[in-house]
Amino acid sequence: MNGTRRTIWLSAVLGVVAALLAACSSSSTPAPASVAPASVAPASAAAPASVAPASVAPSAAASPSQAASLATPVPSPTLTSAADQWTTSHPFKAAFIYVGAASDAGWTHAHDVGRLAVQSYFGGRVQTLFKENVPEGPQAAQVITQLVNQGANIIFATSYGYQDQLVAAAKQYPNVLFEQATGTEQLTNLAEYYGAGENGDYLSGMAAGAATKNGKIGFVAPFAIPEVIREIDAFTMGARSMNPNATVKVVWTNTWFAPATERQAAESLVADGVDVLADGQDSPTTGQVAEAAGLKWTGYDSDQTSFAPNAWLTATTYNWGPYYINDVAAAMNGTWKTHFYYGGLDDGFVIMAPFGKSVDAATQAAITAKEDAIKAGTFDPFTGPITAQDGSIGVPAGVTLPVYTPTGLSKYSISFFVQGVIGSPKG
Amino acid sequence: MNADLIVSIAVSAIAYGTPLVLAGLGELLAERSGVLNLGVEGMMLMGAVTAFFVSQTLGGPGLAVLVAAIIAAALAGAALALIHAFLSITVRVNQIVSGLALTIFAGTIGLSSYAGQVWGVGGQHGVHQLVKLDVLGLSDVPVVGPILLNQDAFVYFSWVLVALVTFYLFRTRFGLYLRAVGESPRSADAMGINVTRYRYVHTIIGGAFAGLGGAYFTLAIAPIWTDGLTAGDGWIAIALVIFAFWRPDLLVVGAYLFGALSSLGFTLQTHGVQLPSEFFSSLPYIMTVVVLAAASTTLARRRIGTPAALGVPYVREES
Repeated sequence: MNGTRRTIWLSAVLGVVAALLAACSSSSTPAPASVAPASVAPASAAAPASVAPASVAPSAAASPSQAASLATPVPSPTLTSAADQWTTSHPFKAAFIYVGAASDAGWTHAHDVGRLAVQSYFGGRVQTLFKENVPEGPQAAQVITQLVNQGANIIFATSYGYQDQLVAAAKQYPNVLFEQATGTEQLTNLAEYYGAGENGDYLSGMAAGAATKNGKIGFVAPFAIPEVIREIDAFTMGARSMNPNATVKVVWTNTWFAPATERQAAESLVADGVDVLADGQDSPTTGQVAEAAGLKWTGYDSDQTSFAPNAWLTATTYNWGPYYINDVAAAMNGTWKTHFYYGGLDDGFVIMAPFGKSVDAATQAAITAKEDAIKAGTFDPFTGPITAQDGSIGVPAGVTLPVYTPTGLSKYSISFFVQGVIGSPKG
Repeated sequence: MNADLIVSIAVSAIAYGTPLVLAGLGELLAERSGVLNLGVEGMMLMGAVTAFFVSQTLGGPGLAVLVAAIIAAALAGAALALIHAFLSITVRVNQIVSGLALTIFAGTIGLSSYAGQVWGVGGQHGVHQLVKLDVLGLSDVPVVGPILLNQDAFVYFSWVLVALVTFYLFRTRFGLYLRAVGESPRSADAMGINVTRYRYVHTIIGGAFAGLGGAYFTLAIAPIWTDGLTAGDGWIAIALVIFAFWRPDLLVVGAYLFGALSSLGFTLQTHGVQLPSEFFSSLPYIMTVVVLAAASTTLARRRIGTPAALGVPYVREES
């Protein structure tokens, strides 16, 4: 008697929980909910796509770091008659897979600014979908399938760890276009995109090198992968170009985004006596630690000045919007071809965030001069001779590392630290 | 190894141990009454997001806003605990299932995340934060100053709570009744103690404490809200209660030990210890397993601490 009652309650509770979970997970992507009515009743199509973004991310709109969108060079791809099939009642669907929260004030936020740029550029003819906090690895496959089932025409996956799942999905769904940020694999319907963040990191390194008084800089680093090692190397070379004795001490957090952990890592560096902090994390927590300790800080991904106004020096930021707009337009026009895009300071993909108030005029001038040289193609941080951490030759004189080669040393495969870095490149 | 290093480890032990002290203390009260609450993580997250929302939206003097935020966090935790209490005490569903369901429901992909979105607090810069106090103007005293006399008010509040709970448990009539309810609800019932009421009250207070632990994250540790901010601290709090043999004093020791361990990895990294950083990151969890294994063997031998009726619903009419 009692057992039966308990079982009934148990199943009722589990049912309610399951229903609530389902409701919550779909609430993070409210857009699909509005798909059904639109396709059922095209006459009354209340522009679902333009409604969606407003309800999706109120926080993104209210977020302080909008520098990337302010500096956006205006893209002007036009839609041809080939794109006529995409209308407000039958919108083109562009989906985004985020590794963190759209409100992280860092990496994912920058991507979401790009998504919103796509939305406002195309209006009701494009519907954007996104999934937040998608774990890298096998679980991503489920999310990709979900997006395909929701009718996504193009899927942008914004982290390296989705690569295996994307390759599999691209083969499984030949009619859907896939793009991956920071990866290396290409197929006829899978493209790669990223940009020379390392050039920006070299410039922020210069700001850090000029700011440090005791020559000790601390770097809160996420994962020991080439992308991050490349950042730290460029940052260190930049710092040492301003202060030849500067060292950069690296602490690995093994997470892209975990404010409490990032804080502990930053505090351990402060306790160790560094007077400038830098990070490659997705949240601005390191800056908050620097601000509290009265130190200086270079951020990453977005203009995060508001989180640490006194500590702020500058940061590498990414301007994804124009790229997304161009590629969505190409996909709608039917002219999309696979590619390996590597943007830079020259085409406005990588943008230096505004300097903090403590960066003096001389330092600003030096950094700007170097920035111009990079834009003009006369300077590349990864040009030899570069001495590795252990004193061996990292890059021989006269050699400039290519962005990516399937074999051999390239920027995408760099796995050693340069001289001046303290810490292990193995994590 | 120098004094500075030890001081910095001790300071971070207290900073990162404080949410564990609060949440653990709440779990301890609930378990002492015989209710196992595995929903702590969810309650902490709800407390964290609620505290952040209130502190961001409310106007007025900083202190009042912070107090309101802390109270709101406690209420959020208590509200969730009320669900658990109803399910596990009144309806007598399996306590493990109910607790797990609540953690999933309120957790990283659930209600707390939803609340963060609806309230739009993600990515905001915390306006009001708990500041370190300079107690008696002695924060500059070597060693003792930075560790004991330069913490924020919440840390001192947690110490007061620990003292109060210890006194309550072992020096008051109500504490004695509470322990009786957890050990032998039938005898307690026969003595005229209202078992249901005791369990409800302590489960709800436990949830409120978990909410406070969550509030410490958004008001002191990371002045920002993000999904899953507490990163598993709720689970460590549950393990700590076992580690502490259901005693508040040992709970504090354990919580600070975990707090120290969670920062120790980074400190070792800055001192050039060449081990994979994944090992450092997993230190607190390795510790959890070791401690639980050790505690359970001792327990098996001496049977200390565990409330005998823990996890067992009390049914009066059964005989």
